[in-house]
Amino acid sequence: MQNNVLDYLNDIVRVKPDKTAFADPRRVMTFAQVYGQSRAIATFLHRKGIEKQPVVVFMGKSPEEITAFFGVIAAGNFYVPIDEEMPSVRIDLILENVKAGMLICDASTEQAARQLRFQGEIVLYEDACGGDVDEEALQKIYDRAIDTDPVYIVFTSGSTGVPKGVAACHRSVIDYIEQLSEVMGFDENTVFGNQTPLYFDACLKELYPTLKFGATTWLIPRELFTLPVKLVEFLNEHKINTICWVVSALTMVSAFETFRTVTPQYLRNIAFGSEVFPLKQFRKWREALPQAKFTNLYGPTEGTGMCCYYRVERELQDGEPIPIGRPFKNTEILLLNEKDERAAAGEEGEICIRGTSLTLGYYNDFERTRQAFVQNPLNTAYPEMIYRTGDIGRLNEQGELVFVSRKDYQIKHMGHRIELGEIEANVNLLEPVKIAGCAYDEGKGRIMLYYVGEISEKELAEALKDRLPRYMMPNRITRLEKMPFTANGKIDRAALRSGVSQEWKGR
Amino acid sequence: MERKVREMEELLEILEDLHPEVDFTTCDRLIDDKILDSFDIVSVIAEINERFDVAITAEKITPENFNSAKALYALIQKLEDGE
Repeated sequence: MQNNVLDYLNDIVRVKPDKTAFADPRRVMTFAQVYGQSRAIATFLHRKGIEKQPVVVFMGKSPEEITAFFGVIAAGNFYVPIDEEMPSVRIDLILENVKAGMLICDASTEQAARQLRFQGEIVLYEDACGGDVDEEALQKIYDRAIDTDPVYIVFTSGSTGVPKGVAACHRSVIDYIEQLSEVMGFDENTVFGNQTPLYFDACLKELYPTLKFGATTWLIPRELFTLPVKLVEFLNEHKINTICWVVSALTMVSAFETFRTVTPQYLRNIAFGSEVFPLKQFRKWREALPQAKFTNLYGPTEGTGMCCYYRVERELQDGEPIPIGRPFKNTEILLLNEKDERAAAGEEGEICIRGTSLTLGYYNDFERTRQAFVQNPLNTAYPEMIYRTGDIGRLNEQGELVFVSRKDYQIKHMGHRIELGEIEANVNLLEPVKIAGCAYDEGKGRIMLYYVGEISEKELAEALKDRLPRYMMPNRITRLEKMPFTANGKIDRAALRSGVSQEWKGR
Repeated sequence: MERKVREMEELLEILEDLHPEVDFTTCDRLIDDKILDSFDIVSVIAEINERFDVAITAEKITPENFNSAKALYALIQKLEDGE
């Protein structure tokens, strides 16, 4: 039985050594190159005595970065991807949490890496992959591996201002990749066009199926997602037939009549998720590509990746949200009402996940793990974990799962999962700020920040850039004379959301 | 002439709302330096559409047209004249 995600790579390299595995406009890497360089990196780590530890990978998004991930795993470790897009304060919080002994960087990130608060050793990718391979040592590490060992830690927004590191193990990743591949119908002819960053779980959809089937993944340069015509030309140039993008990237293409100028020639398999796809935009895609399959995917990072899918086949009514659909095989969705019982037909309940796809929990954070990963309340006979997503859902008349709302102040913005509390916590840390409150304008997709304090809106934006990743930056910042509060003394988010009246702005 | 000044100010206002920390009167590498991301582009075009009553379509979304406020205003004028 497969118990290691690298079995995919070890098997495919014998079958298709010379096929392109991962590529971007600067570099194309075959399966043999990915295998060889990852084994050299693993040997390097082994000789440094690094095993069963987190290893930080801080590189420019590239085929080499992916190869570094596999090298970390082959040495019996788990990778922690960080990225230049993350502000340094956030990176330091991550480093503090994982306490890694080794960081792999490249020429583009070396300078930034050396300025981090990092206690361990920093090594360049090219130095780590330049040596020989100790086959015997790597085989022994492989033989010792257990499928509940971690593969990676990725960090997601935390409402206290400290991000949470979700650790996933081999078993949950394998389960996810097997079920996703079946649902999506990936095969050896699949050519992926990757949009999502490598420092979230979203990129698992491309990385591991590429190994499993001997498919190919093109990493699409980020700037093309501001230039829709060039983006579609890129898809055509590389004969990309499969994309799993966030909704905002798809909308970027359809909203500006791109399809009148250029149409994707090879695209046949389109998955989207993480947020609601406006029906108007979805219909433009379907009209442009009537032969393509469209699949809505849903799932939190804590469930490894996606855990539910909906193939859009029937005609959707105006105003009807695209359903989340049903769980992957080997995963169950429990809809639990406020009494922790199964929600009745049509009744709303919290979406909870049961199955092998559950990750290990939050790294070095038992307290927050215990709050979200809990004993299944429907099982009083033996220990069984479920993950409480905090998402509220219900079953529609067709028995399909539909997302309704959140239990808390988590939002989805540009495909990213964001705790408004994390933004507020970071604003409140700034000396001149007395109090800050955030609201999300769903219609316009804007994060609105309101604050009271002796600092201008411009200075505040400048200061926040060092603390928050770009996607968390408020889209509107407004200084108030006083903050609206509810009767029981909490920030009145409803008042903020409806646009604060002049009364609060003062002057 | 007066109208041009007013419209340019309005455009600058749209851009500064998105990025109060950027000096849009001088910056001419908004796309090249990745200052504007896809969210910004979508927002800017929606605002322009609303306030200037011109529709910017995909083939006009190029680095040349979006690298500076000046270039973007030139595009708006061209679209206004074309209608």
